[in-house]
Amino acid sequence: MNARSPWDAGRAAGIIAAHRHMRGALLPILHALQEEFGCIDEDAIPLLARELNLSRADVHGVVSFYHEFRRTRPGRHTVKVCRAEACQSMDPDGLIDHVRRRLGVALGGTTADDAFTLESVFCLGNCALAPAVMVDEALYGRVDARRFDAIAAATLEAEGAR
Amino acid sequence: MTVPLHTIPLCTVYIPRDAAALSVGADEVDASIRAEAVRRDLPVRIVRNGSRGMLWLEPLVEVETAAGRVAYGPVSPGDVPSLFDAGFLAGAEHPLGHGPTEEIPYLARQERLTFARCGVIDPLSVEDYRRHGGFRGLERALAMTPAEIVAEVTESGLRGRGGAGFPTGIKWKTVLDAPGAEKFVCCNADEGDSGTFADRMIMEGDPFCLIEGMTIAAIAVGARHGFVYIRSEYPHAIATLREAIRLAYDERWLGVGIHGTANTFHLEVRVGAGAYICGEETSMLESLEGKRGMVRAKPPLPALEGLFGKPTVVNNVLSLTSVPVILDRGGAFYRDFGVGRSRGTLAFQLAGNIRHGGIVEKAFGITLRELLYDFGGGTRTGRPIRAVQAGGPLGAYLPPSLFDLPKDYEAFAAQEAMVGHGGIVVFDDGVDMARQARFALEFCAAESCGKCTPCRIGAVRGVEVMDRIIAGKDVGGNLTLLQDLCEVMTDGSLCAMGGMTPIPVRSALKHFPEDFTRPSAALAAE
Repeated sequence: MNARSPWDAGRAAGIIAAHRHMRGALLPILHALQEEFGCIDEDAIPLLARELNLSRADVHGVVSFYHEFRRTRPGRHTVKVCRAEACQSMDPDGLIDHVRRRLGVALGGTTADDAFTLESVFCLGNCALAPAVMVDEALYGRVDARRFDAIAAATLEAEGAR
Repeated sequence: MTVPLHTIPLCTVYIPRDAAALSVGADEVDASIRAEAVRRDLPVRIVRNGSRGMLWLEPLVEVETAAGRVAYGPVSPGDVPSLFDAGFLAGAEHPLGHGPTEEIPYLARQERLTFARCGVIDPLSVEDYRRHGGFRGLERALAMTPAEIVAEVTESGLRGRGGAGFPTGIKWKTVLDAPGAEKFVCCNADEGDSGTFADRMIMEGDPFCLIEGMTIAAIAVGARHGFVYIRSEYPHAIATLREAIRLAYDERWLGVGIHGTANTFHLEVRVGAGAYICGEETSMLESLEGKRGMVRAKPPLPALEGLFGKPTVVNNVLSLTSVPVILDRGGAFYRDFGVGRSRGTLAFQLAGNIRHGGIVEKAFGITLRELLYDFGGGTRTGRPIRAVQAGGPLGAYLPPSLFDLPKDYEAFAAQEAMVGHGGIVVFDDGVDMARQARFALEFCAAESCGKCTPCRIGAVRGVEVMDRIIAGKDVGGNLTLLQDLCEVMTDGSLCAMGGMTPIPVRSALKHFPEDFTRPSAALAAE
């Protein structure tokens, strides 16, 4: 499950304080903020700039450079479908197309019920068991359309049981 | 009357905790075996090991017997009752049985130096690690001078396993000789190449080996602080390595005064954020410093001005995990594996459309054909192999006529190909090589750091040119343009990202020209 707490400047300041002693602290702080809030809020930029003695442009530049950092809150679960070469070689039917249709969203989009955000990645390191998909932090191998549907259903079911 | 429990011998069962094994149900198999053992009142001890690297057999369950470990796989939870019925705890026969694990031909024919413990031990047991030869290399290094350690690594002939193949001993010597009170060791674990997973597997299956290798590097060059930069796509490796580092501190293998000596080494894991370019060493250093991962112009070399401007060893996971065995058994032992100037072994990774995908650690000199057929067993779809991409997304696409090429840095370079990080991605005859060429450019456009124009703009223009070729529009003119663009990217890019993106494109064009000139489906549909 993705964290999706609303922005809280006090909590953010606490996270920054806990990490600022690190050398090269900006990436660890951004990871920690995203873990807490699900994304890097607009309000985080000036706060980080002030606390780390950087320009806002510097902070914005870092946040926008990395694919992993997001500016809006994701759905409750993130689905990452691999589209690198090893997965392409075992994916004649286009798993991404199936997932897009099944969830009814484009890459980067979130389903209307807020359950899933769909992303593509280049390589999950499961290249001998392609095609690979990651849902939150759980990795799946040899995923075809049917297995994906089962994984999506099980993900929602596990949520209901919690 | 029931048999007293203590008269039934405790049976040890190994179930991998490797991410690939988890991806096909290892946790569910663990739960199922535990439940079945309780139901049958049998005392079973489960060890979650790494993967042996026979990934088509995952989840591969092993049972410790008097005659050694016996393998069963791929096991699904539904198979568990029948395994118990057959008496698998005593190593009995079963349709999923493969006999003694180490005698499975795929494993028996390997030369495992770096991966010797992976899949064998409990990755988070220092005791298990030591019992299997762990920390012997470091113990020896602790009694040597830095120059002696560097000489041993130089003697081994080890070249960087990240892809560029630079001699590790020379790199270390540069850092050792560099003036400066503060130096760093950085492990590049940003394994972003499609078709590679060896770094991930060894970090999950034998993390102390990396800690040991990095500590030896630190002692050799005089560094007191190190970082492992792991890509965010590897949450399991991140968690395992962090836990292993904590355990190593507990047992004084890291920290101040390593095992009673005057040596100090602090090690920390840093997580990337989804940028392929951070696999390039200077981009990785920028990222570690908290900046955009943009490449630096070289010189200065990172060995002289690296992390925070200090002399820095930057090595790949497989380079660093090769070091403990070199220090333990000697540089000459390691050097005696291999051919020409490619010494030692490499963990080749068989991926994509392959029947027996996994890790094959062999001395350099093995041919692609042996890897693809003797180990890999051909394609998973059963169709003929048409192309393999060797060395990652920036590596060449090779046709069957080149499958007798030996795995050797120089032999591959002579064919405008590369060994790279040892990844081999297999495609059957359904592949469209024009689309693969287009993808290489699209990948570069998505992952370029943007610092230099040939890479940033060239990749975008390349996709457009490929789209026109695929659509059958002025194919001759556009192919000329594509060649021209490839030349500009090769000669004009700042780093290997833009400089090597033309390799898959040109190799596809060279070996599979028919795919670029065939009447296009898109055109036919118009």
